[in-house]
Amino acid sequence: MLLLCITGLPLIFHEEIDDVLHSQVKPAEVPPGTPQADLDKLLANAMAQKVGHVPHFLIWDRDDPNAMFVSVGPTITSNPVNNVLVRMDAHTGAYLDSPDVTGRFTYIMLKLHTDMFAGLPGKLFLGLMGILMCIAIISGIVVYAPSMRKLSFGTYRAGRTRVVRWLDVHNLAGILLVAWTLVVGFTGVINTWADLVLKMWQFGQLAEMTAQYRDRAVPTHLTSLNAAVEVAAHAVPGTTPSFVAFPGTIFSSKSHYAVFLKGDTPLTSRLLKPALIDAETGKLTDTRDMPWYVTTLFVSQPLHFGDYGGMPLKILWALLDVITIVILVTGLYLWLRRRKTGVSVERAIAQSSRDAPAMSS
Amino acid sequence: MKRPSHLTLGQIFAAPLVVAVISSLGLVSALVGDGLWDSLSWAALAVPVFLYFLFLWWRKPR
Repeated sequence: MLLLCITGLPLIFHEEIDDVLHSQVKPAEVPPGTPQADLDKLLANAMAQKVGHVPHFLIWDRDDPNAMFVSVGPTITSNPVNNVLVRMDAHTGAYLDSPDVTGRFTYIMLKLHTDMFAGLPGKLFLGLMGILMCIAIISGIVVYAPSMRKLSFGTYRAGRTRVVRWLDVHNLAGILLVAWTLVVGFTGVINTWADLVLKMWQFGQLAEMTAQYRDRAVPTHLTSLNAAVEVAAHAVPGTTPSFVAFPGTIFSSKSHYAVFLKGDTPLTSRLLKPALIDAETGKLTDTRDMPWYVTTLFVSQPLHFGDYGGMPLKILWALLDVITIVILVTGLYLWLRRRKTGVSVERAIAQSSRDAPAMSS
Repeated sequence: MKRPSHLTLGQIFAAPLVVAVISSLGLVSALVGDGLWDSLSWAALAVPVFLYFLFLWWRKPR
């Protein structure tokens, strides 16, 4: 848990850290209202840089409206985890850069935080750790009651021995942060199931939506990407595209562009809605809201990352994370102390106190 | 300071419950909208952080 809190801390500020540590080509400065580049041209420019690769996804940069990414892999069936991101200028359609992020500090922290470089088993293991942490928090609430029976809220006995002081800090911080640690802990657990949730969607709703195409031959010539995105955006008013999955990738069928649309509030911008565009005719096949289990995943992401309320929220997230580290360290100390001496913390407190009568039975 | 005698569960958990409700509101409000909603979220989530430091400083050795 300590590892997760410590690696999570820099991840709160991953954009800012990347900005400082790594220079990147800046997109052209354009006046507001400049129309987006033609996506077919943008895609052609990107693929010209990556000969021998095929596009998997076209992604609008959440943090920089002037940039887009094309995610490319060696073949359409290759594992997208190993894809290379090509950054493109969203207005001119020009190639910007294609940095290798795998050596970056933030990437290493992210891997340590999400799967410890061990793929899905690593993720599920950390998810299990998260569940244990949630149980620990709840048991902490339960033992908070007997330990505070004679103390008023927020007691910090500063003049006493370390074990008393650290118990007070542990109790105080633990109970103050209980809502936040439970939410961040539990949404973190849900995030570890992301791969499974997406598999469920793929074999559930996506398979349903594309059922009539199952035996259809793979289209030999793809229709315009730009037109497909426009058709999708018109099909669901009030949304903008978030990313496009190309035919044959894990987020689409062999015959469709899957255009994932997002709304414009902090919440609805996370709730992606797929619109499937027939890549042979350019017509809309179907668009549906995501099933509840995907929606749950989408909602739990911002609540874990803390990236939905600007810089002040990120700073608060960091402070809360640091206090959580304090809870873990003091908790570890109290536990080790009891293990080593075989004496419960309550008894140690009772022995160390000169004015209070013994508290434990 | 007068040491309170045995507290009831209600007395023990009243203040923590208020803090938990406030922080939950803070967690949700920034999801609902921008601007004012964000500010509300900052204020609400600052409550547990503020109280933590307040209690530690306040009760420093006399």
